[in-house]
Amino acid sequence: MTLTARLTGLASVLAFAATGALAAPRTDLTLGQQLEPPHLDPTSAAAGAIDAVVYSNIFEGLTRFASDGSVVPGLARSWEISDDGLTYTFKLAEGVKYHDGTDFEATDVKFSLDRARAEDSANAQKALFAGIDNVEVVDPLTVKVTLKNPNGGFLFNMAWGDAVIVAPESIENIKTNPIGTGAFKFEDWVQGDHIDVVKNPDYWGTPAKLEKVTFKFISDPTAAFAAMMAEDVQAFGAFPAPENLPQFDADPRFKVLVGSTEGETILAMNNKLPPFDNVKVREAVAHAINRQEIIDGAQFGYGTPIGTHFAPHNPDYVDLTGLSEYDPEKSKALLAEAGVTTPIQVKMTLPPPSYARRGGEIIAAQLRAVGIEPQIENVEWAQWLEATFRGKDYGLTIISHTEPMDIGIYARPDYYFQYDNPDFQKLMSDLDLESDPAKRSEILKTAQETIAKDYVNAYLFQLPLLTVANAKLEGLWENAPTQAADMTGVYWTE
Amino acid sequence: MLRYTLKRLVSLAISLAVASVVIFLAIEVLPGDPAAYMLGVNAQEDTVAALREQLGLNGTMWERYSSWIGGLLTGDFGISYTYRTPVADMIADRMQVSLPLAIYALTLSTLIAFPAGILAASRRGSAADVSIMGITQLGVAIPNFWFAMLMVLIFAINLRWFSAGGFPGWDAGLYPALKSLTLPAISLALPQASILARIMRSSLLDTLSEDFIRTARAKGLTRAQALRRHALRNALIPVLTIIGLQFSFLLAGAIIIENVFFLPGLGRLIFQSISSRDLIVVESVVMLLVFAVVLVNFAVEITYALVDPRLRHRS
Repeated sequence: MTLTARLTGLASVLAFAATGALAAPRTDLTLGQQLEPPHLDPTSAAAGAIDAVVYSNIFEGLTRFASDGSVVPGLARSWEISDDGLTYTFKLAEGVKYHDGTDFEATDVKFSLDRARAEDSANAQKALFAGIDNVEVVDPLTVKVTLKNPNGGFLFNMAWGDAVIVAPESIENIKTNPIGTGAFKFEDWVQGDHIDVVKNPDYWGTPAKLEKVTFKFISDPTAAFAAMMAEDVQAFGAFPAPENLPQFDADPRFKVLVGSTEGETILAMNNKLPPFDNVKVREAVAHAINRQEIIDGAQFGYGTPIGTHFAPHNPDYVDLTGLSEYDPEKSKALLAEAGVTTPIQVKMTLPPPSYARRGGEIIAAQLRAVGIEPQIENVEWAQWLEATFRGKDYGLTIISHTEPMDIGIYARPDYYFQYDNPDFQKLMSDLDLESDPAKRSEILKTAQETIAKDYVNAYLFQLPLLTVANAKLEGLWENAPTQAADMTGVYWTE
Repeated sequence: MLRYTLKRLVSLAISLAVASVVIFLAIEVLPGDPAAYMLGVNAQEDTVAALREQLGLNGTMWERYSSWIGGLLTGDFGISYTYRTPVADMIADRMQVSLPLAIYALTLSTLIAFPAGILAASRRGSAADVSIMGITQLGVAIPNFWFAMLMVLIFAINLRWFSAGGFPGWDAGLYPALKSLTLPAISLALPQASILARIMRSSLLDTLSEDFIRTARAKGLTRAQALRRHALRNALIPVLTIIGLQFSFLLAGAIIIENVFFLPGLGRLIFQSISSRDLIVVESVVMLLVFAVVLVNFAVEITYALVDPRLRHRS
């Protein structure tokens, strides 16, 4: 073979390779995530990392969240609600099979809901199912759920990752071998490193566009940055190093998505601990805080200020930041009015996330300026849950409440901030009974105002969702209405 | 030699028994409840209680200690609270990363340290000695995680020769697996090699000033011959001690490097288990590491006796 012939051959090979690459976009994706799930059963743990892998990818519920937070049909394709609001009749999707080949039927719905609300249930969100009186199988594709009281939020509740439908046949090993009905099948888990899921060819709905997704677990922020830069991972959900985002933004290989989560980040106050049992003192704390300084200092500018315990992207949100604007002079005046002797010594516990640790230092400095002396105590999550959350041994703490629509926690007088207001509790029980959207909206707005005016906690900012991805990747969720990395609509453009 | 070995074995058994009690008690006083941790902030009290029952967290301290030790003795390490998989399997998985990494790093560090230490000692005061001492000084001073990040920046982000981290598993083949361990092994080996080279040098120099070396030289051996035939073997005892310590450290102490390279090793398993209060995993892994350290020390002591016959007879 002559040199020319060889070169021509080489050129045609190269040309073929190039056209081949153009014709078929990639169908695999390695997605970085900071936290590895402890196991893969979303119905028996609170860990958001579980939903971040399985939600909508492997497991589906009767309803589901869309990326904008709205509730759309899932395995239940339609439903009828009786006039008294007590009975929900769900029509289930036809021809649905679990990944192990068994049929999905109404009995599985009954099994899943009964299991979640059972006496010995280990469901972390058991309250979602507390209102269910009875689940009845009408025929293989129809289920009738009867509630004890009307509950306008029932369809919303059924969209949670904790309410997905599981099969009695595969429940035994669900933690390590999850069998669901979703567009992806679980394939492999190398613990400590990654989880592989592959496309479910027999999916009943719109099939996934990706053939394979690898969830890669990288806990260290610097390592996450390096993995993204070296293109070991093509996208990183909830990117842990916000300080590096401008660098990704400037690089044409990548894009940065800044979305919202359901995480209301608050400076929680122990409402039963003197002097914080005095609303004037709590108001003084609220006015001592400069939210923008915290967002800039602890979050590198990412985060939306909030004035109550409600997500700003929700249509019912009321902007109440004006009730607690930064005004240190007013703070001092309020403390004097309350008749407390300053400086007030108080214990402030800070869990590990950087919003708490970095934010805590800034808040402590702001509070010192008005005569409140927080003693900072850095704690691990397990310690925080035991001493602060359950033991209520704290004065102040910083935490992001990431559950969707969780304003109802203010109706629990034994909850860790110990807010006990019968008016608010009545609002929440009214809300449960109300299914008219306009009236529900009205109640929710009043509820937001009530807790803002009672200065139960100091409301800081809505936790952002920062995603870094390859510029050619489309279909990733920009917002996180629930903790999830829904891969069903993700694809490569070339 | 037999008596020497037996004595060492008895002390090994006592160390292990004491360690098991200390580990168990230390974990008992650790605040935090695994069930509450798993269920998060919205869980109801009865759910937490139900999960505690399921996990078998409700026995007395003595019951839990004896079931743990009884299990360990029969090779049953228990079931992880959070992962719900057998602890033995988890440890075996992580060992597939940690053990080869430790051996790889130790091999590298020995391969660098021995020639460097011997060269520096045999040419004391020369330019080679001064530069080896200078470089090793730097190697001891540089934190290995910083060096690791520097290597990631150069070899993974800029040159793209290696991936920034992760471990493909041995199923992916020997070459990809070893390749993914290379940058971590170099980062771990650098400070270890520096320490080892310095120990090697000073130990050799000490030996070289001994009377028997002067005798050897007087018999007509060159300095190099005396070093090779007489000094080296005598200088090995402190070096072996350090290698033993380094191996135990590498097995468990690579946690920071494991984080930088997101490797699924033992160090990260302990770290994760402590923060999620997966106590049974913590207990068993720590116990296993104690066992490894004690075993390595035992092996080192036996090697002393092989290297230095005087030790055999003294006992």
